[in-house]
Amino acid sequence: MKYSSQKIAYYFFSFSMLLLVLQITYGFIMAFAHMGYDGLHSIIPFNAAVTIHKNLLVVWILSGFMGAAYYIIPDEADNELWSVPLAKLQFWSFAIVGVVAVAGFHVGWWEGRKFLEIPRPLDFLVAGNVILFLFIILMTLIKGKQQTTTSWVLTMGLVFAALLYLPGMIYFDNLSVDSFFRWWVVHLWVEGVWELIMGGILAYLLIRLTGVDREVIEKWLYVVVGLTFLSGILGTGHHYYYTGGPDYWLMIGGIFSAMEPLAFLAMTVFAVQMYRKGNKKHPNKLALYWTLSTAIVSFLGAGLLGLAHTLPGVNLYTHGTLVTAMHGHLAFWGAYASLVFAIISYSMPLMSGRNIFDNKIGHLAFWCSNIGMVAMTAAFAAAGVAQVYLERIAGFEFMVVANELHAHFFVLILAATLFTTGITFFIVNFIKFGKPTDEALQTEEQFEALKTA
Amino acid sequence: MLSKKQAKIFFLGGTIVFMLIFIGMSVHSLTVGIPEQTNASEINDQVKLGKRLWDRNNCMGCHTIMGEGAYYAPELTRVYSRRGETYIQAVLTAPEGWGFRGRKMVKYDFTDEEVAGLIAFFKWMDKTDLNGFPAEPSLPVSSR
Ligand code: HEM
Ligand code: HEM
Ligand SMILES: [Fe+2]
Repeated sequence: MKYSSQKIAYYFFSFSMLLLVLQITYGFIMAFAHMGYDGLHSIIPFNAAVTIHKNLLVVWILSGFMGAAYYIIPDEADNELWSVPLAKLQFWSFAIVGVVAVAGFHVGWWEGRKFLEIPRPLDFLVAGNVILFLFIILMTLIKGKQQTTTSWVLTMGLVFAALLYLPGMIYFDNLSVDSFFRWWVVHLWVEGVWELIMGGILAYLLIRLTGVDREVIEKWLYVVVGLTFLSGILGTGHHYYYTGGPDYWLMIGGIFSAMEPLAFLAMTVFAVQMYRKGNKKHPNKLALYWTLSTAIVSFLGAGLLGLAHTLPGVNLYTHGTLVTAMHGHLAFWGAYASLVFAIISYSMPLMSGRNIFDNKIGHLAFWCSNIGMVAMTAAFAAAGVAQVYLERIAGFEFMVVANELHAHFFVLILAATLFTTGITFFIVNFIKFGKPTDEALQTEEQFEALKTA
Repeated sequence: MLSKKQAKIFFLGGTIVFMLIFIGMSVHSLTVGIPEQTNASEINDQVKLGKRLWDRNNCMGCHTIMGEGAYYAPELTRVYSRRGETYIQAVLTAPEGWGFRGRKMVKYDFTDEEVAGLIAFFKWMDKTDLNGFPAEPSLPVSSR
């Protein structure tokens, strides 16, 4: 770690890990409910569990992004963070709003709009909080000694993510219009500006881990994010096929969303090529594993499994079935959850001075969670495809079909147990690092890998 | 080979062009397409009340409508023509909460007015033109 103020990232990473554990807990509650064991129905009905599961996901990922930015931006800008007390204030207000939102979901304080259930009064606090965050990051960047492409791409991703949240705060009487703007948040986040954040963090990690020249990495970064917007913006149309919009979206959304996997493929090729060109001298193998797996699994989950149901002819039958849940899990896991794990694995040794680079628990965490999540995806896929054939093609009633799917949810629970084991190992390692300390300042200079040719 | 500057132009140029096209199409959808296909002029106070209740109770947390929501309970886009008013009313007012095939729905204490609002909302939804969604089963059981 170069600057003492980077340590603030640790708060965000810890909060992330805490929320991840909660998210998984609610995942199990839902998987059991799908299997017919809904004993918690009167206390935590399914709609509460699903809302909490999804919002915790979004909040822990965002917390991870914020931590990443607080770690990366001072390093890239070559300057202390602009204000540590304000960053601490931002953290605590963020945590409080998050906790209040989750508590509120238990008592029905929500808005029934998938992924955007946080009630409006809290939305304003979220917005205020994010403005404070962006202000701190931008001030650090502007006052820094240098302004790299990587840091700008990351920051712009964060700025646009905040801007896109705003249309989601407006209420419409027409459900179709409501849904139209909901996708400006959900789709244009995960298939747009979050990919900028992802590209920025990956570029940073690759520069640090491989020793490849910054200019080369940043050139390809532009190509990757260029492909993202080229396909992803009009690709929004794949959510407008059957939600009340005009039928030209079938054509436009179909063509452009079918090109979205190219952006993810470019991300994979980018990371793998840079690794191959690199000097392979960095001792932090775990960070490297997570960096490469992010680039690879995101292509599988978002790219390939997205493509599987994005064409209008297929989507007509799979739209709103468990096939969507199959894709949602591997996409979020591969692209964004793994990304947060990568930056944590990279930065924690440098903040704490404990060189956990290559230990057994770390590798177990990597393999159990990844194999577990792939198996979960397979369970959702089996359930989803069965649902599509029985309900959408053969015309059986929803609940008749649902009662036939219990076995798939049993498999889901087994797979989720393996996944959770992996996450537990990851968190054990995370706890082992302990708190960040100033004694870790300047320690990374020992690494050969950072001495570029 | 591509230079960093060319790559930057590719990124900025592409983003601006496609953003403008997207905004143009969105304006058309919001002002012409959606109002027409969803019969926006028929959204009266009852439908609005139904929509508010749909939102406030997070029905989407179990059901899908227009294919959006969670996958725990039935698709409701065409529930009005599939089940009819009496059935929907029975579901919404079941004293112990609806739970017909083993899976429980949350118990609600809707007033008569609110039930009417939700029914009006489903009736409105029933008539929307969703470009063919939900599709008719292509191999219905009855064809066996
Ligand atoms: C990392 C990137 C991605 C993430 C995190 C992600 C996640 C999700 C999630 C959570 C949903 C469900 C949303 C909802 O119903 O509210 C969804 C839907 C969908 N995604 Fe993705 N996705 C990603 C990339 C992609 C890509 C690249 C494609 C296309 C190639 C794609 C195609 C689709 C389609 C077609 C749907 C709609 C499914 C339906 O009709 O029910 N996704 N995605
Ligand atoms: C033990 C682990 C987990 C289990 C058992 C689990 C289970 C579930 C279940 C049953 C649903 C509800 C599907 C429905 O609407 O009926 C769901 C939704 C969802 N989960 Fe998980 N989950 C787990 C972990 C995760 C993780 C780690 C992520 C992200 C990386 C994630 C992302 C999502 C998303 C995005 C949805 C919404 C999908 C959609 O509506 O299309 N889950 N999960
Ligand atoms: Fe999308």
